[in-house]
Amino acid sequence: MNPDEIVAAVGESRPRIEGRLKVSGSAHYVADLPMPNLAHGWMVTAAVSRGRIRDIDATDALAQPGVLGVLDHRNTRRLNPDIAHHFGPDRSLPLLQDEVIEYAGRPIALVVAETPEQARAAAAALRVTYDAKPHDIEFSMNHPATRPASTLFGPEADTGDLEAELAGSAMVVDELYHTPEESHSAMEPHVATAWWEDGHLYAFDSNQGPFGISQVMASLFLIDPERVHIRAEHVGGGFGAKTICGAQIILAALAAEHLQRPVRVALTRRQVFLATGSRPPTEQRVRIGADADGRLRAIHHHAAFAQSPLAEYIEWCTEQARTLYAAPAIRTELSAVPLNLLPPCSMRGPGASPGSFAFESAIDEVAERLQIDPLQLRLLNQPVVSPVSGRPFSTRRLVQCLQEGARRFGWAQRDPRPRVRREGNLLVGTGVAAVAFIAGVFPSSAAITAETDGTFSVRVGATDIGTGARTALIAVAADALAVGTERVRMHIGDSDLGLAAGAGGSRGTTSCAFAITETAKALREKLGDSARPVTASVDTTPLINWQPAEERYTYSAVFAEVTVDPATGEVRVRRLLGMFAVGRVINPLLARSQLIGGMIGGLSMALHEESVRDPLTGRLVTADFAGYHISAHADVPTIEADFVADYEPQDPSGFNGLGEIGNAGTAAAIANAVWHATGTRHRTLPISLSRVIERAAAQDRPEAVSVA
Amino acid sequence: MTDDTRSEITLRVNDETYRLAVDNRRTLLDALRDDLNFTGAKKGCDHGQCGACTVLVNGQRVVSCLTLAVAADGAAVTTIEGLAGDGELRPIQEAFIRLDGFQCGFCTPGQICSAVGMLAEHAAGWPSAVTRNGSPHRAGELTEEEIRERMSGNLCRCSAYPSIVRAILEASAREAVAG
Repeated sequence: MNPDEIVAAVGESRPRIEGRLKVSGSAHYVADLPMPNLAHGWMVTAAVSRGRIRDIDATDALAQPGVLGVLDHRNTRRLNPDIAHHFGPDRSLPLLQDEVIEYAGRPIALVVAETPEQARAAAAALRVTYDAKPHDIEFSMNHPATRPASTLFGPEADTGDLEAELAGSAMVVDELYHTPEESHSAMEPHVATAWWEDGHLYAFDSNQGPFGISQVMASLFLIDPERVHIRAEHVGGGFGAKTICGAQIILAALAAEHLQRPVRVALTRRQVFLATGSRPPTEQRVRIGADADGRLRAIHHHAAFAQSPLAEYIEWCTEQARTLYAAPAIRTELSAVPLNLLPPCSMRGPGASPGSFAFESAIDEVAERLQIDPLQLRLLNQPVVSPVSGRPFSTRRLVQCLQEGARRFGWAQRDPRPRVRREGNLLVGTGVAAVAFIAGVFPSSAAITAETDGTFSVRVGATDIGTGARTALIAVAADALAVGTERVRMHIGDSDLGLAAGAGGSRGTTSCAFAITETAKALREKLGDSARPVTASVDTTPLINWQPAEERYTYSAVFAEVTVDPATGEVRVRRLLGMFAVGRVINPLLARSQLIGGMIGGLSMALHEESVRDPLTGRLVTADFAGYHISAHADVPTIEADFVADYEPQDPSGFNGLGEIGNAGTAAAIANAVWHATGTRHRTLPISLSRVIERAAAQDRPEAVSVA
Repeated sequence: MTDDTRSEITLRVNDETYRLAVDNRRTLLDALRDDLNFTGAKKGCDHGQCGACTVLVNGQRVVSCLTLAVAADGAAVTTIEGLAGDGELRPIQEAFIRLDGFQCGFCTPGQICSAVGMLAEHAAGWPSAVTRNGSPHRAGELTEEEIRERMSGNLCRCSAYPSIVRAILEASAREAVAG
């Protein structure tokens, strides 16, 4: 066969390979997979935010029909207390080990029965009493417990003489921004089915990276990692909430071992809200000094986020300040505030999304006060090299994103004055935001077998949580092997496939694509003198350059048009346009879907999403979709996402990840558009109806404010 | 077997008749999924707030998580597995694939069942909250705005919304023929 006749698969828009399964109900997610002799576990969570369990009286629960057992801290086997996770030691993982409660929603027991109804009814009959202690959920960057955040991601920035540059600036913006606790809200609630055979743990688990979860489970249960086998064939979304080792699989494995039979633990939607991780609230102070002509002189971004006393976490909000614009002085600071809250975990665009909201709102305020077009201000301050490290960028097509987006959006016709456009009762405004998201790869491995029938079996531990990884990686493999996609058999979603990056950090597909490309290279070298079947495998760990000479980011410019009803306070997004520089695009159809989905997530963050806790109990008030609003069909306008030509030189195929960049810049673009529509700057998310009304009222009646 | 806690019911699912004894607390969703192995309908919230469990009962869309199985006794239920006939996808299923009307796919069976039910409601003349000059018998043209309003009971966190709306609109004419 002549390889020249093969049409390159990368760059082609192709529908998802598993599409037919998904539209016909035949794609089997974890809760769909049958299991003989299955028992059902019902998780019980703590009702107090801090304290100790005094007693769990299971007498009535155990007397109910079908009940097989109740697991709690008194009868559960010991787990590794020194377990570590992404950000360091993690005391939230060893479940049912002691009486201590550090947040409401902490799993404290599991009731197991023959049917889910029996388990649920028995769980309701469990009598739990507590010795409650005073809790603290009151988040503020001035909290006495505030301390510097972990520097696992590297030191914060401190270049130039910040105070001198601020003092020398013609104008200084100095504002506080707030974002709330948020919930990932993947449509598939976390669920796992676990069973043990001959000292091996097997599980179907709804997660974003079965290999990584298998390593944590092995460490937690103190068994050889080779004895843990986790599958995640189809996963109903994750958005970060399934990057962590979830309570569902830990509890299912404990109960399956205890009862010597398979156990499924399916979390309810309420339990997903209470017990599976959240984006922490943030408070951010941004100071920016500029000359009258718009040149930035000083950037200071101090972000604080809440975390749990149980585990370290990083909400890296300060990334934008160190890379988006040039300035002689840049300082970033990151603080953590331990509180009695659900331990946070990365949520789509972690750090970048709340950080971009604060930072790109502040940049817009600079433009507003200097009366410079916000697009021009952004173009004026583009750095040639990284403003903090001095290193060049491997590729940086942000200017092209801004310019092409402006052209398509019709930015040139924009009247810069706020609150001057009306359509009937509605105020109309437009806004822009730029954003960068760090890119790279994590170590992964792949194996490819050239089969005797001419097909190629590709085995890589990737997960497809809706990213399109399965389809994208088939295209990557086909091109790397110089064959048509119909000859590639892709096997993913299984920890037994070996080391692989999870679908997280915008690196899942890029990391696995790198491994596949290198493996295909090795296989083609072998193929010449070997009889089929022949297999090659490569682990990219030694191939990754962790100290590259150039900084690697993806970029985007987001443009938004909103209407605001001053009577109801309702903000509606009418147009949303994102231009993206994300390296070479593997599958434009799927990539566009992912970016548009991310942008809608940003819209939802800007206008709808807010976890609310009762200050008296610390408990989550908004633990369902009636209380916690995520965007629905009627909230979403026509959205355009497109790409500027780009190629990532650090990747052998030119790829970069794009899982989070769509989300990261959108909230700021919408908030800036709301300012343009109303003349009111909203520095607290979400920009809800009540906030719009209250702020407008305060502005219209300044005397009332001064009296208060 | 029938006693205080269980009842025997008949369900006609995807043109097959099933007799089963169910726990009186069992929802239609759990009966479909766990007793009859129609796992296409999904449990996204169990509160009727997300729409992932949407199926057609006697031709109308319902959230099966808020429907007790005993209350559906004798009903004809169509699930996502029953929408396609003889291995041929319906126009709307084909449009979802071609236009990428899903990402993770978890809400997709509910979106598609809901869309089929919604198109029937529209064809029957039911107006929606955004129908201009609507009356009980006049639904007007099926616009993107109409689809968004009528589909807002089906959440999609991947937010494939624009492609879903496009797929429904594009397939609507052919769906009317496919019936």
